[in-house]
Amino acid sequence: MRLIAFGLAAAAALAGAGHAAAEKSAADGIAEYRKMLEDGNPAELFEAKGEDLWKTPRGPKKVSLQQCNLGLGPGVVKGAWVQMPRWFADTGRVQDLESRLLTCMESLQGFNAAEIAKTGFDKGEQATLAALAAWISGESKGRKLALPQAHAEERRFYELGKRAFFFRGGPMDFSCASCHGEEGKRIRLQDLPKLTQNPGDGIGFAAWPAYRVSSGEMWSMQRRLNDCYRQQRFPYPGFASDVTIALGVYMGVNAVGAASIAPALKR
Amino acid sequence: MQTRHATVLALIAAAGLVVGCATGPTPADLDKQALAMIQASFRDQGIAKVDRLKQDLGQAACSSADAPPEAVAKQIEAEALATMRWPQGGQYIGDWREGEKLAQNGRGMTWTDATADTKANGAQCYNCHQVSKAEISFGTIGPSLYNYGKIRGVKDVADPASAAIVQYTWGKLWNSKAYAACSNMPRFGHAQLLSEQQIRDVMALLLDPKSPVNQ
Repeated sequence: MRLIAFGLAAAAALAGAGHAAAEKSAADGIAEYRKMLEDGNPAELFEAKGEDLWKTPRGPKKVSLQQCNLGLGPGVVKGAWVQMPRWFADTGRVQDLESRLLTCMESLQGFNAAEIAKTGFDKGEQATLAALAAWISGESKGRKLALPQAHAEERRFYELGKRAFFFRGGPMDFSCASCHGEEGKRIRLQDLPKLTQNPGDGIGFAAWPAYRVSSGEMWSMQRRLNDCYRQQRFPYPGFASDVTIALGVYMGVNAVGAASIAPALKR
Repeated sequence: MQTRHATVLALIAAAGLVVGCATGPTPADLDKQALAMIQASFRDQGIAKVDRLKQDLGQAACSSADAPPEAVAKQIEAEALATMRWPQGGQYIGDWREGEKLAQNGRGMTWTDATADTKANGAQCYNCHQVSKAEISFGTIGPSLYNYGKIRGVKDVADPASAAIVQYTWGKLWNSKAYAACSNMPRFGHAQLLSEQQIRDVMALLLDPKSPVNQ
């Protein structure tokens, strides 16, 4: 109820912004909207659900995720998000949060990771992943991105991610760089962060996962990238596929030092 | 002599390997690995098939932070110009009202669109450009097109004095790469995103003195 009231007030504030303000930037209105929702970001509901899912014995093995190693040791959640994607010795892979959670859900709980990866967003265990990502990212709120680049594979993935970022294809010749390669650009009124550098605190990579007001959904970084590729008119990127992880490394390393506001609130 | 040569060569090769190990893959290796990674990471979904990842010369040459070499850029532009299709019967101009609808429409060609038919596609103009004065929700990736025809002195689209700018504008819409190898703008005609008639309507929006763009 409180959320609805806030939403209406914020919508009115946005609508009242008028011509000149809207022409300048929609960001001001959205920032105001965020401010109003600070105490009531719907992402909180997902965070609470995620924490519960982390601690509850689940899956064929009826085990919790509390021994899951997100890079800082088994069960350590605080600070883990701002150091991902990173290299994991046990899988021999660079993994982002979602692909790492798939590993833990398979090895600890007995779920079939490939099955979950094939499941549509918000359905079945994909809904679990979205809630887990909301909670885990929230446990690093305010911390600065600090993705490691010590391992050769982490550096290789940065290079692969950079190449993926500039890769042009599809019927409209778009790459990630078409929208995110220059500073101060917009699509319609939507500001576009330049992601080849640190775009600042709580912008770009430091603002996902996020609750999307327009769709009423909790989006992980995987889902954000998935929809970017849809709008790029590309074919469908596999969930937790290497191209998505490499892009995470590229954007995350570029933004090292930026404070994370995840789980954020988006239009 | 032969053996000594071979030994020296082997030593050089070995040294190269050691250096290779210490510094990791070369940029060329990484280029290859990135292409393989991209191929392996995507699958077909609806109308968006993996063949969309097959790059033509221009897409491949414009896939880095650095512009392609001058000669490559010239080749891309020359090929685009050579494959240009000018409108049938020399009919360049349609209805600006239809053009405005197309300019507003940012839909088409995603995996959630049912068909790749040009009828289902918008011209996407406002996504990246200011077009008319009335629409304040416009993007800034491309330059403002407000007063496009007026600024260029088009008082009558049929006047031979307007022919050069009319032709250029058609070319830009049909295949933007003819004038800038790595243009951010889609190739609306060449890539079959819009039909000839749809392009005529967008032409009218930009060039017709009666269009809101030129008020």
